[in-house]
Amino acid sequence: MQRIIAASSLCSRILRNERQRAFSSSSSLLFDDTQLQFKESVRQFALENIAPHASKIDQSNSFPKEVNLWKLMGDFNLHGITAPEEYGGLGLGYLYHCIAMEEISRASGSVGLSYGAHSNLCINQLVRNGSPSQKEKYLPKLISGEHVGALAMSEPNAGSDVVSMKCKADRVDGGYLINGNKMWCTNGPTAQTLVVYAKTNVTAGSKGITAFIIEKGMPGYSTAQKLDKLGMRGSDTCELVFENCFVPEENVLGKEGKGVYVLMSGLDLERLVLSAGPVGIMQACLDVVLPYIRERSQFGRPIGEFQFIQGKVADMYTSLQSSRSYVYSVARDCDNGRVDPRFLLFSLYPIPILKDFLVFFFGTMLKSTSNVYLTGHFNSNYFFGGAF
Amino acid sequence: MKIMVAVKRVVDYAVKIRVRPDKNGVETQNVKMSMNPFCEIALEEALKIKESGFAKEVVAVSMGPSNCVDTLRTGLAMGADRAIHVEASRDLVPLTVAKLLKKLVEVENPGLLILGKQAIDDDCNQTGQMIAGLLGWPQGTFASKVVLDKEKHTASVDREVDGGLETLCLDLPAVITTDLRLNQPRYATLPNIMKAKSKPIKKYTPEELNVEIKSDFEVVQVTEPPKRKAGVILSSVDELIDKLKNEAHVI
Repeated sequence: MQRIIAASSLCSRILRNERQRAFSSSSSLLFDDTQLQFKESVRQFALENIAPHASKIDQSNSFPKEVNLWKLMGDFNLHGITAPEEYGGLGLGYLYHCIAMEEISRASGSVGLSYGAHSNLCINQLVRNGSPSQKEKYLPKLISGEHVGALAMSEPNAGSDVVSMKCKADRVDGGYLINGNKMWCTNGPTAQTLVVYAKTNVTAGSKGITAFIIEKGMPGYSTAQKLDKLGMRGSDTCELVFENCFVPEENVLGKEGKGVYVLMSGLDLERLVLSAGPVGIMQACLDVVLPYIRERSQFGRPIGEFQFIQGKVADMYTSLQSSRSYVYSVARDCDNGRVDPRFLLFSLYPIPILKDFLVFFFGTMLKSTSNVYLTGHFNSNYFFGGAF
Repeated sequence: MKIMVAVKRVVDYAVKIRVRPDKNGVETQNVKMSMNPFCEIALEEALKIKESGFAKEVVAVSMGPSNCVDTLRTGLAMGADRAIHVEASRDLVPLTVAKLLKKLVEVENPGLLILGKQAIDDDCNQTGQMIAGLLGWPQGTFASKVVLDKEKHTASVDREVDGGLETLCLDLPAVITTDLRLNQPRYATLPNIMKAKSKPIKKYTPEELNVEIKSDFEVVQVTEPPKRKAGVILSSVDELIDKLKNEAHVI
């Protein structure tokens, strides 16, 4: 009973203070003025350039054809947030990257996922592990948005146990020949530059993995059917096929046999940045729910006045704020040099929270038996098709 | 040439406005505020003129309490070179703003003063015209297109007026107020937000500028417009005439 009373008073305060589309997440403890300004700026950008395409992206299961979102985001300096300025990046930290990820996901979950794969999985990996000549060759076009980046590690039989991957890289004169398949590669269909992990030494377990930079058009490399996913539709995902694909020696990322370090350390930070995605999606749900419960009337009153709804919305709000606080405090620690893999593992915390959150969200919407509101835009945000 | 742009901090255009319970005004507590949309357009035009080489510096000006600085920072992040904040704790009416602007113009000597045509909170549409009058400068209001001529030192302004489009040629220095279709304001990108942190914001007080803050009118009451009543479907012309005569009293 107490919980409901507390929840409803929190909720009525939220209802009193919020305004349509002007619901500012009271996060002044999390961000300083510059970060708030940046957040607001990306929000405006995403609202005007990404959100209008969101439901069409979901329906057609691909990025819009009439506007080049990659280029637009590149012009807005969103891709190279963590990359050095000499390649066109901003040389900033993960906090800013998370802010960008959150606001883009708020506009469209699919675009957010693709953006995360491109800017963090690919670009950030090159930044952290690439040689100067590799960075020189690949980063500028990736950061400007002219090229799309991707990363491939999972295979049909190697998901959680990614180290058991079967994709082979055999040493030949001048480079390697890669044979095998990769599954669930986000941005795979469109990427020009891909970071791919393969086994140079099949018997050496985790120490036999090497990371390679693959270019679209390399003979022997092709992409197979685009995957038709339940959610995050529009974030192009496909299978990659390598048939005697020759990769020159200078395309080894890091050192031969040291691929697992590239992979694991990259995953830690990837979890952090991509966890800002669910935070953005939760915020987007709240953006929809709050005005709705004030307008929708049943039994003579706006449904937002009913305790049950208030309880649900309060739960949504607290889930969102707790996830957000966690993600950004971990991001801040990373920027200050305190990269703790345990915290980064738990930065996935927003995902189970998102699942609970969506139960509340559905509950609130369905309670008033209004199916109309489940627009295509939000369908794309509901589930995570094995991306993690 | 220097361009001065006056910007105002107002309730964000997307916000649903509510009247305060004491009926003295509109609720502004905990409400999202941002730069007046017409002021954004004014600043964008100034930046465009600077980028085309006609001006060397863009100075953004705002007047009001200390949170005006947020708006000025947005302006700096868009690309203004410097900012000026006139700190005033009370609400300023257009005539006072115009008088303060006049003093600043005397200090800064801009070749062009650009403002939004009106603020979306009071919809006064007066400040630009008043400052032009006080300075004795030509004015081109409701501008939908501005073209500068460097040699002749003039500005050609297309104005959106009730009858259509009117083109005026103004000798510089001049006052221009911007209308909606003049341009599309740019976003503040992150590199510019970073650069803006080091740009200077100069503070003045009305006393330093020798301007007295007073208003010749006071707001007595602010109420919402009456709710629309449901319409009535009439069955005959006679009934219509009867209602127009006896209920609405218009004939």
